[in-house]
Amino acid sequence: MSIQVKFFASLRESLGQSETTVERASTVSEVWDLATQSATPPNNLLVAVNLDYANMQSQVNDGDEVAFFPPVTGG
Amino acid sequence: MTTHILDEDFQPYQWLSEFSQQMPAGRDGAAASFIGTMRDYNDEATVRTMTLEHYPAMTQRYLEQLEKQAKTDWPLNDCLIVHRVGEVFPGEAIVLIGCWSAHRRAALDACNWLIEELKYKAPFWKKEQNQSGERWVESNTDGL
Repeated sequence: MSIQVKFFASLRESLGQSETTVERASTVSEVWDLATQSATPPNNLLVAVNLDYANMQSQVNDGDEVAFFPPVTGG
Repeated sequence: MTTHILDEDFQPYQWLSEFSQQMPAGRDGAAASFIGTMRDYNDEATVRTMTLEHYPAMTQRYLEQLEKQAKTDWPLNDCLIVHRVGEVFPGEAIVLIGCWSAHRRAALDACNWLIEELKYKAPFWKKEQNQSGERWVESNTDGL
């Protein structure tokens, strides 16, 4: 089992990594803990699973792409 | 394709003109557009340049979903969304939204909804470069 993990913007800089891979996770929360060595997640953390918004309790499966990022500021 | 993410400067009025010229004459009674441009100041600091980062696969997909939703919720004949990424300079356009419909209310309301949805949900992030260094923009203004 392998889940691709991506970090963007200020979160990428503060964690010092843009992407990684984790094994054997069943929820987004577990993915976060494995990918960040259980760093405290920011209060305003946003997450997407396979390009759709999700939350920390969302289920993940083998081959999924999970992205973590701060509030968006486009437009 | 009416959703575009560009990594170089674009001319929004030219895009509106060229896009609307391809439409059937006499079909639309209303066109509404929003153009967002980069200011040279923010929070009382001078901004020299700005870098727009995004999540490429998700932004393209999300903007296409927004366009589809707008066309479902309002009787739009056409819709155009253009957004910049990369290094942006003051005065350059960041975003263009255009909506065309038979009557004004649909075009105006859809355009307003699209820019608000885009600003609060599309995965773009601004990083400003100013005289004292650089900083991430942490939140949108309330639009007032």
